[in-house]
Amino acid sequence: MRYSGLKVLWEGLRGQSGWAPVWRDPEPKDEYDVVIIGGGGHGLSTAYYLARNHGITNVAVLEKGYLGGGNVGRNTTIVRANYFLPGNSEFYSHSLKLWEGLEADLNYNVMHSQRGLINLFHSDGQRDAFARRGNAMINQGDDAVLLDREGVRSYLPYLDFDNPRFPVYGGLYHPRGGTARHDAVAWGYARGADSRGVDLIQQCEVTGIDVEAGRVTGVQTTRGAIRAKKVAMIVAGRSSQVAAMAGMRLPIESHVLQAFVTEGLKPCIDHVISFGMGHFYISQSDKGGLVFGGDIDFYASYAQRGNLPMKEHVMEAGMALMPMIGQARVLRSWGGIMDMSPDGSPIIDRTHIDGLFLNCGWCYGGFKAVPGSGYATAHLVATGQPHETVVGFRLDRFATGVGLMDEEGTGSQHNLH
Amino acid sequence: MRLTCPHCGDRDLREFTYKGDALALSRPDPAADSKIWDDYLHNRDNPAGVTRELWYHAPCGGWMVAERDTTNHVTTRTLTLAEARS
Amino acid sequence: MRVAGKGLIDRNTPVRFTFDGQPVDAFAGDTVASALLANDTRLMGRSFKYHRPRGVVTAGSDEPNALISVGGGTEAQPNTRATCQEVYPGLIARSQNRWPSLKYDAMAVNDLVSPFLAAGFYYKTFMWPRTFWEGLYEPIIRRAAGLGALSGAPDPDRSEKAYAHCDLLVIGAGPAGLIAALAAAEAGADVILATEETRVGGRLLSETESVGGVAGSDWADQMAAKLSAFPNLRIMTRTTVTGVYDTGTFGALERVAQHVTPGGDAPPTCFWRIVAKQAVLAAGALERSMAFPMNDRPGVMSAAAARTYLNRYGVSAGQKVAVFANNDDAHRTAADLAAAGVKVAALIDTREDATSEGDWPFYPGAEVIETQGRRGLEGVTIRKPGGKILRIGAEVLAVSGGWNPAVHLTCHMNGRPVWREDIAAFVPAEGAVPGLIPCGAANGVFTTAGCLTDGVRAAREALEALGRTAKPVDIPEADETAYALTPKWAVEAPGRAWLDLQNDVTTKDIGLAAKENFRSVEHMKRYTTQGMATDQGKGSNVTALALLADATGRTIPETGTTTFRPPYVPVAISSMGAGHSHKGFAPERFTTSHAASVKAGAPMIEAGLWYRPSYFPEPGETTWREACDREVGMVRTAVGVSDVSTLGKIDIQGPDAAAFLDFVYTGTFSTLKEGRVRYGLMLREDGHVMDDGTTARLGLEHYLMTTTTAAAGPVMAHLEFVAQGLRPDLNVRLTSVTEQWAQFTVAGPKARDVLNTLLDEDVTDEVMPFMSCRTVTVSGVPGRLYRISFSGERGYELAVPARFGTSLWRLLVAQAESFGGGPYGMEALNVLRIEKGFITHAEIHGRVTAFDIGMQGMMSSKKDFIGKAAAARPGLIDPERERLVGLKPKDPTQELTAGGFLFNAGADPVRVNAQGYTTSVCWSPTLDSALGLGFVKRGPERWGEEMRFVDHLRGKDFAVEVTDTVAFDETGGRMRG
Repeated sequence: MRYSGLKVLWEGLRGQSGWAPVWRDPEPKDEYDVVIIGGGGHGLSTAYYLARNHGITNVAVLEKGYLGGGNVGRNTTIVRANYFLPGNSEFYSHSLKLWEGLEADLNYNVMHSQRGLINLFHSDGQRDAFARRGNAMINQGDDAVLLDREGVRSYLPYLDFDNPRFPVYGGLYHPRGGTARHDAVAWGYARGADSRGVDLIQQCEVTGIDVEAGRVTGVQTTRGAIRAKKVAMIVAGRSSQVAAMAGMRLPIESHVLQAFVTEGLKPCIDHVISFGMGHFYISQSDKGGLVFGGDIDFYASYAQRGNLPMKEHVMEAGMALMPMIGQARVLRSWGGIMDMSPDGSPIIDRTHIDGLFLNCGWCYGGFKAVPGSGYATAHLVATGQPHETVVGFRLDRFATGVGLMDEEGTGSQHNLH
Repeated sequence: MRLTCPHCGDRDLREFTYKGDALALSRPDPAADSKIWDDYLHNRDNPAGVTRELWYHAPCGGWMVAERDTTNHVTTRTLTLAEARS
Repeated sequence: MRVAGKGLIDRNTPVRFTFDGQPVDAFAGDTVASALLANDTRLMGRSFKYHRPRGVVTAGSDEPNALISVGGGTEAQPNTRATCQEVYPGLIARSQNRWPSLKYDAMAVNDLVSPFLAAGFYYKTFMWPRTFWEGLYEPIIRRAAGLGALSGAPDPDRSEKAYAHCDLLVIGAGPAGLIAALAAAEAGADVILATEETRVGGRLLSETESVGGVAGSDWADQMAAKLSAFPNLRIMTRTTVTGVYDTGTFGALERVAQHVTPGGDAPPTCFWRIVAKQAVLAAGALERSMAFPMNDRPGVMSAAAARTYLNRYGVSAGQKVAVFANNDDAHRTAADLAAAGVKVAALIDTREDATSEGDWPFYPGAEVIETQGRRGLEGVTIRKPGGKILRIGAEVLAVSGGWNPAVHLTCHMNGRPVWREDIAAFVPAEGAVPGLIPCGAANGVFTTAGCLTDGVRAAREALEALGRTAKPVDIPEADETAYALTPKWAVEAPGRAWLDLQNDVTTKDIGLAAKENFRSVEHMKRYTTQGMATDQGKGSNVTALALLADATGRTIPETGTTTFRPPYVPVAISSMGAGHSHKGFAPERFTTSHAASVKAGAPMIEAGLWYRPSYFPEPGETTWREACDREVGMVRTAVGVSDVSTLGKIDIQGPDAAAFLDFVYTGTFSTLKEGRVRYGLMLREDGHVMDDGTTARLGLEHYLMTTTTAAAGPVMAHLEFVAQGLRPDLNVRLTSVTEQWAQFTVAGPKARDVLNTLLDEDVTDEVMPFMSCRTVTVSGVPGRLYRISFSGERGYELAVPARFGTSLWRLLVAQAESFGGGPYGMEALNVLRIEKGFITHAEIHGRVTAFDIGMQGMMSSKKDFIGKAAAARPGLIDPERERLVGLKPKDPTQELTAGGFLFNAGADPVRVNAQGYTTSVCWSPTLDSALGLGFVKRGPERWGEEMRFVDHLRGKDFAVEVTDTVAFDETGGRMRG
């Protein structure tokens, strides 16, 4: 069923009676060409691009809960391409281009809003680091503008310029950065995959991965065994557990990242703002809630909830940066489980088992990566070769030290990225 | 969340810094195989359950090992590094 | 209207406030909502999507409709629940989300096109043409959305935060909470009793029942008096426990001064972190509604709220009240109103077997199928058993669909409530939060007598866990009337029946979600926005869930619940972030020379938490560059002094101190002689550079390590880890002494001369060669002197106990000036070090190896050290890596910038061609040229090569030459002297 303004009008006239299910609820078949473990953003987009780009439609996505229930449904919805290290740079650049065509591609309004992102800096040293980042973005073909203090003021007059603990020296402006409606991304990809024949199977937890003679042959699930020629593990937040079923021990530690939304307010913040000194970033949703977040809680967790010190720190940073949001009331906070890798960058790679593929380690970068990650993972699964945008996302880079992508420069300690 | 420093007692989370899996205490021989060093530096069991992990209590300078469940954050015990080794 | 003789308000204290500019007369003890109802104002807000007229439905913090902006100026609070806001003289209340007025709202046109705006319609349209989203559709949607508005001005940040500790936290002060607190206090436990309300009593304040032979509210007052006498018990009113966190940590928001006229000294709120060994949840229950057509008109409210307004505030929302319920409890509303003289137009009970003895029209087995009235209810249409239709005039329809226990806090640590069929409600799961014991209505106990008994039970359990013995508690006599209901979620009749009143979610939206296969409760919520409004679905979620279960052919437990997450009620950012605006955000660290530098006119810049002088302007200098160039020249030709106290200083002592340093540094320190200093490079275990600095051997078993300013804390933690965790075999003790010593650089050809004017005993180059250290006395004060240089000149660092720093700085500046020198700041310091190729964290930014910065020779092959094994990984010693070089523009007047990229001459400035980047730049007055440091692939092999430098952001594109990192005094003769 094709969505359009006309269709919405027509259904309005006939009492919304003609809408079809956005996806089927198929029973799992005995065998698929490809089984994708994980019905989150990356798994769904991988399924979509397998069908769309490679014509591979005999695919099942196995989701232990509900579609889009992982980090794609619990993030701060920021979409950007402002990385600076080779490997990341080309990947996120590609992903942003896919975002820019996503509504037309999916026939689903994911509300991708390129309202512009501003990373603030607070010292000459930070300015130089951001200059390097901005120049790398332009080298890559993306957009960046270095703003001085007055330039920032012209966009964000409500920041504390008068008496801040860490004065604003300027900002790196990324006009094509922005936000999207997170759930819609998962639903749009799910609908697109389903309509191309992919079986989306919810409430189906994978309990084992079958390997014979070094080759994957299928998976065991709570809804029975399913044979598969190829299996992709795309389960950020549970990567270590699923990979352990294949005897793998990953360079991943799981951490909780909290996010917050306030009550609805009339428009007051038109951009995405990132305050490095306080590990704080904020935007305003189309519904009017201020959506913001900070750093991870710093201790390993699978609990999808955080603790008070980080909550308070995030609010404190908000007060420090823009005390005009002081009377906004936080309505809800939640936590997502991040796959923290040793260099803060992701992994999309083959494994030592033939036909078994791995997509993990997104740290906080996962949401904006959904299109690019699915695109590249589909390519890898379909062709056996890494897509040109992810040749650097190798699993063995930590062992060899070749091509580490440590954007934060904090080294191999997982929780510091 | 609160943790018990073996030296100072029950304290708020904000006094502590987390380092990661306590396997960091088992530093390989410098001549060990690169695979062993890779496991030491990067690869983790990362259990959804009880883990042994390192915390630093900055006010007293003491490092400790906590046995903590990552699914519910319940810490069953904390040990000084000397205790953890014995 | 006011009802004579009813209510706990103070009728002797009139209070006048304004609502939308109109004066409203109230009494002390009123809320804005009760006062507006008393003045016959039922319309209090507009809904989010269709801007439908909405009135108050609750009397508590779960209110979805009556949201107002309170106050003016910078502390104006949008989205305040009129049901919680106490009135005070001069209070300014304004309605929201309407234009031009609450009565006539232009956006109400949305309601006319509502057939086209079903759940999720926006996912299906607004896609064409692509550029119209940001340009047209989104701005319109954004302007229409949102509720209240922020003032736009900075919040004055007057709230506070505090900690509290107790044995037992009792959450809620109704009958269960009060008696639990009493039992615990009598057993000697330290108790905090927190209630969201302005006074203790909970539901008893809203009911006419008696407890222990007196009116419930009187019993509550007696309990308050009794509890107040315990020194080990603290009653916190106006305090909402907002969140439950690990290990008995609770967040709580106290409304300290939001109920009094602004202008006093008290903070508006205080955010408490309460640490409790045990907790009792006695948070009560929230009444839920039923869905029936046009159930959203102002005047349709909760039956329990109607009783609250009557019994607590002496108010009825209208002259004629109809009651619509599926349970016995709501019959009390009819009884209380009738007893107070308010006309009860009808009691409509969906249960055919219900009975009622009151003197009012009673309609068992009937349902409300329609309501009338545009901006306020005028009447209802009911359908009696058999289908007969009847219209009843009423200004208020008091509705009860039953009660939902306030399980919210038990879900904050991932607990899922469990369904209890007998009360058709979710109750807390056993052990959902360790140490939190639910009781009373929050636990599904719905009689007052039951709550009292259950409160005592909860207290006993808590006391047992605390190791205390409970004393016998007298449980007063109280109402034991059983709660009986037959679940009824929605009335089947044509027309829109509303669930989420704020977000305009109807029963049809739930049906549409199910039809489109958003069957998971999370999908339904996210697709329809059910429960995502400011009340988080407190009154509507269970009903919506029941309808989803019905639509998908599942039971309610099979359908599951969405998750309640903190905070229980919304908390202002200025409350949880209190005290951190402006300079309050982070501590400020000042050196002992700070005041003198400020007095000298030096701009102070942030260096981590420290402040350091940027430069010291002289009269006539108009730019920082003039001052900087002068200061550089001063150091190169005469002498300069600067404060380097911010560098980390770690005192390392013990028989194995030398071996310890050998292990943490790449180089060898055990061979360092006493009285000598050595540069050290420290790696992380992953083989990358962590920090650098000099370490002096003060004695056989005594070293002093310096770190960079930024790394002082992390290095200290790292060293402690190595000492305690990796090398317990080494006997070594570490102490951070950064703040104990004030340390000043004296650098330049005349540095020794300056020093000798101050030292009690002159130093010569024989006793004090380059890279040596010794103890000295300065005017009798013991100090330490290091001969090291970060400027390339003859340099000393003189350290004295911090309390002498201010004096020593004054003396040093005076002596330097007498030798033609003076103080220099960070700008000059940076130029001096770039001329010499010395690195800072601009270069060792966390991704570089010793190899990258040309220090591979400092990695001892004779011993193990931190980072050695990982630094040998192939990727870390690849000759193609970007390595440190110096850079000089071919045209020396071209200004280099840091963060620009380097390309081969003639190559396009695109990613695949990038050869490296610049990290530090300066104008060198010494060499009369711009200079830079940077990293280039195979750097040291490319000295003399011309490269293309491009900084897109700052419009730079010119040729540079790759050089040695050391641009000045390559042999180091000046500093060795």
